[in-house]
Amino acid sequence: MKMILRYLEQLKKECVLAPLFKMLEAIFELFVPLVVSQIIDKGIANKDMAFIMKCSLMLIILAIIGLASSITAQYFSAKAAIGGATKMRHSLYEHILSLSFTDYDELGTSTLITRLTSDINQIQNGINLVLRLFLRSPFIVFGAMIMAFTIDFKEALVFVVTIPVLAVIVFGIMAITRPMYKEVQNKLDKVLLTTRENLTGVRVIRAFNKQKKENIRFKNENQDLNKLQRVVGRISGLMNPLTYIIVNGGIIALIYVGAFKVNSGDLTQGQVVALYNYMSQILVELIKLANLIITVTKALACASRVENVFNINSSMEFKKLSDKYDTKSDETKENVAKFELRHASLCYKGNSENSITDINLVANKGDMIGIIGGTGSGKTSVANLISRFYDATSGSVLIDGVNIKDIPRERLLSKVSVCMQKAVLFSGTVRENLTFGRTDISDETLERAINISQSKEFLSKKEGYLDYMINQGAKNLSGGQKQRLNIARAIAANPEILILDDCSSALDYATDAALRNAIVRDLSDVTTVIISQRAASLLNCNKIIVLDDGKVVGMGNHEELLKSCSIYKEIYDSQFSTNTDNKNGGVN
Amino acid sequence: MSQNKKKAVLAKILNRVARYKLSLSLSMLMAIITVICQLYVPVLIGRAIDYIIGKGQVDFSNVFVTLIRIAIVIIGVFISQWIMNMCNNRITYGVTKDLRDEAFDKIEKLPLKYIDGNSYGDIVSRVIADVDTFADGLLMGFTQFFTGVLTIVGTIIFMILIDARITALVVLLTPLSLICAWLIAKKSFNSFKRQSETRGEQTALIDESINGIKVLKSFGSEQKYIEEFDEINERLREYSLKAVFFSSLTNPSTRFVNSLVYAVVAISGGVLAINGGISVGELASFLSYANQYTKPFNEISGVITELQNAIVCAGRIFELIEETPEITDENNKDLTDIDGSVNLSQVEFSYTDDTKLITDFNLDVKKGQRIAIVGPTGCGKTTLINLLMRFYDVKGGSIKISGNDIRDIKRSALRSAFGMVLQETWLKSGTIRDNIIMAKEDASEEEIIEACKSSYSWGFIKKLPKGLDTEIGEDGGSLSAGQKQLLCITRIMLANPPMLILDEATSSIDTRTELKIQDAFAKLMEGKTSFIVAHRLSTIKNADVILVMKDGNIIEQGNHEELLKANGFYKTLYESQFIKATKGETC
Repeated sequence: MKMILRYLEQLKKECVLAPLFKMLEAIFELFVPLVVSQIIDKGIANKDMAFIMKCSLMLIILAIIGLASSITAQYFSAKAAIGGATKMRHSLYEHILSLSFTDYDELGTSTLITRLTSDINQIQNGINLVLRLFLRSPFIVFGAMIMAFTIDFKEALVFVVTIPVLAVIVFGIMAITRPMYKEVQNKLDKVLLTTRENLTGVRVIRAFNKQKKENIRFKNENQDLNKLQRVVGRISGLMNPLTYIIVNGGIIALIYVGAFKVNSGDLTQGQVVALYNYMSQILVELIKLANLIITVTKALACASRVENVFNINSSMEFKKLSDKYDTKSDETKENVAKFELRHASLCYKGNSENSITDINLVANKGDMIGIIGGTGSGKTSVANLISRFYDATSGSVLIDGVNIKDIPRERLLSKVSVCMQKAVLFSGTVRENLTFGRTDISDETLERAINISQSKEFLSKKEGYLDYMINQGAKNLSGGQKQRLNIARAIAANPEILILDDCSSALDYATDAALRNAIVRDLSDVTTVIISQRAASLLNCNKIIVLDDGKVVGMGNHEELLKSCSIYKEIYDSQFSTNTDNKNGGVN
Repeated sequence: MSQNKKKAVLAKILNRVARYKLSLSLSMLMAIITVICQLYVPVLIGRAIDYIIGKGQVDFSNVFVTLIRIAIVIIGVFISQWIMNMCNNRITYGVTKDLRDEAFDKIEKLPLKYIDGNSYGDIVSRVIADVDTFADGLLMGFTQFFTGVLTIVGTIIFMILIDARITALVVLLTPLSLICAWLIAKKSFNSFKRQSETRGEQTALIDESINGIKVLKSFGSEQKYIEEFDEINERLREYSLKAVFFSSLTNPSTRFVNSLVYAVVAISGGVLAINGGISVGELASFLSYANQYTKPFNEISGVITELQNAIVCAGRIFELIEETPEITDENNKDLTDIDGSVNLSQVEFSYTDDTKLITDFNLDVKKGQRIAIVGPTGCGKTTLINLLMRFYDVKGGSIKISGNDIRDIKRSALRSAFGMVLQETWLKSGTIRDNIIMAKEDASEEEIIEACKSSYSWGFIKKLPKGLDTEIGEDGGSLSAGQKQLLCITRIMLANPPMLILDEATSSIDTRTELKIQDAFAKLMEGKTSFIVAHRLSTIKNADVILVMKDGNIIEQGNHEELLKANGFYKTLYESQFIKATKGETC
């Protein structure tokens, strides 16, 4: 709620003008019964034709003014709602992009997408409706009551009683049904899950002949849903009949009291008609209001979900880019390690156990470091620390002798470049994908990156070369091509530290070898970290770390590890035993 | 949707609604009572007002009688409207439930061809979202369309009963509001179209950048995306403003027309009242009618779009419900003693009619033999699984299990003779136990644990907070790929069927877990006929028959030595996949 107001702050003018004109419209509408009562009391009673004409003209003028103010109100409210939502969308997008990896893990991407799209659309609808309709209803309801007071005090008391009773009914029914509707949604989700499972698991379910059992499960869930829907329907179906009976009960009271008042001369017949009209107007407004409240509660629910995202402060802070840092530590010191992990551990938020524990690792300029281990052994976690995608839960990470937490983000980005396991490319040209918003990358740099990543061969066959259009999800590239462009993008950043996180799995052996040779040859200055499950991919490395269950169980070069590290040997043998077989097979 | 198709769909809807005949007729009856009572109230109020003429001119006894009548009528409205609402609920939710049940029944009987050929998302949205939209439309149609029409007709009749001349004026003027609404809708249509196009563009950008957000952030490219986003956002603002503003003109415009009608009634009614044509009370009732008269028109036009939408959705649901199901197997044999021999003779198969996939395929498998299926990725190794499990039927020739054509055996009997572990592991939401006992519901605790132990899954299961009774989410939830695969093997281990279909692919699994899975597979295969989609050289070499597949076709078959001698595709495949790696890795 507060958050919505913050975005409407700069649209104050619109937010005030819209309800104001709505109020004008309502006021003119409230005059109508008065005019009608004049027609009855003066025009008809005195048989004054000219007066009736005058009054009717008055009605038309009121209608025109009403139309004009209503259109103005619609305009301002649309402007406010859309302006506010546009700004909110921008801020939310910017905010989401500023969060840390930990935050993304916790939130999940699909949630973020719904927040940005449908939630904000709902909020926009909500604001719009509140500005132009939600305020109109109270105007009419209370306006009608005030007008009643101007006519007769005692009659107005009927309004004073009726309105709160109506409010209790409308809001009461809503309060009762809201949690029930949520429950309906939960039950529907269950039905959806079962349907989905029966499609994704169709082969398994049929292989085990579980169709009947699944069918019973579905029917039960569906039955549950149906029962609850009917219960909710029974309660919310009371809303219209109840409001109807109360408003008309009010009218009976009005006429009853009116009969005595007219008899005693305190009230005229026309005035009774006017009071009756006011009561009818309340009914019409209430029906509209009831429909509106659903939209508004939905919008409020969406707003609180959006606000939750806004309330997440990035769990990672970076030092500001300052001159002090630049001069002091940006020159490469030859005697300092390029990067170093000191007793570093990482426990992802929400996990109870460390993913990596007490890792010590020193890499010098130009080193090629290999990391090997089974799935879940913590290989990627090491990369996550060096790139500061996550902060170490204990211990520290240093780059060029500086604690990574003291390095401004811009510096860190230019020093460390990561090629992640999952190849992600965006729709756009190859060039756009490789430069990725960084304007300072020349075509020569791109060319070099393409050569090293072994993309040249397939890319030169693509129409437009660097301007070849990659479509959404990169469906027009094969898995291996995607991986190679992914690697090219990391190399194009011209980093001092390059991390390749198991990102060549789809490449055939020869290409993979050519890639590694090119890295050794052309990126000799760059400190490279290669993560792999294949022992063969790490043969060029001057230091290999073997991870098991988050701990370093071996460190050294290939020969040393074969002798000293049983897990390394196990991995190596499991992969190379096939080869021994092959050699025999080949001889056959 | 063509007019004829619409009619057909409508007929089917009515057919489903007809099951609720009683509720339906009660609902209609109540709707009629509600509308008549609601319209009678202003008449009564007008009459009451006519008894209150002025000072000393109040006919109290008649006022009271009329007020009591009003009270009775509004209680009538209350009761009839509530009953109507309940009937409508019963019909709508009932039809919804029936449709979902019907759709699900069909899903269980659909041939795999349909399920494979349509996206899951699409089928799910038919069962969930389409049914919901349809229900909304149906409910609105009932509550608003029917009562709306009744109200219009009733209002005109009541107005004519008071005064025909003013009624004629009202009836002539009301189309104005419809024309207004129509003009505005036409005008705002283009803006809406542009709005939704731009919205789509923005969603695509959001989708892409949020899904790839880690990559994006790892290169510090946020600014580029914020700029692109803002550009689209600004365009969206412009189009949305137009669309929303134009469409929001409908209400004030129709209200204005309504006010004009009101003024006309006031003039003409006033003039008539002076001449004694109608009474003041009658004028008051008339004004009240005029006030409410256009409302049902607006509602009906809303309902019509809503109904159009509902019919489209219903059409999609019926499409699913009316899909041809698998051929029934009710009269087939319930084979129990299956020894594990399989015979394929002159099998012909293709997924589509125009391209032949498998032609004249013959294979004789004896009990306990191992058949390895090899070929490059995407060669259609699953095709054979599809045929053996009778997920698809052969187009020619026959497949025999223990000498029986599989088309003469009940599907359930055939399928329980096979144990299947696919590369894409599938677990259902529920407990680990639920998943393991899928094949053998009555397994004892000891049997289950024994199966877990011999398939190496017990190690991780016992570490879970609730052991076998740990709940896992949709598709295995938090379990790793390796753990899921082990569970699928455990499941088969417990079932212990005479024949196996295994997909060896373990690309997502690390080497150490893979070794365990390998052991589990080996244990499982002991003494069983097995069909293995093979990736490991040792499996291939030890197989009794190797089927070499390429582009969906079985191109060679024989054992390792025979195939190498044949000097065909197998040899090339063998050399490229295994020998090359050897050379590379030792250099």
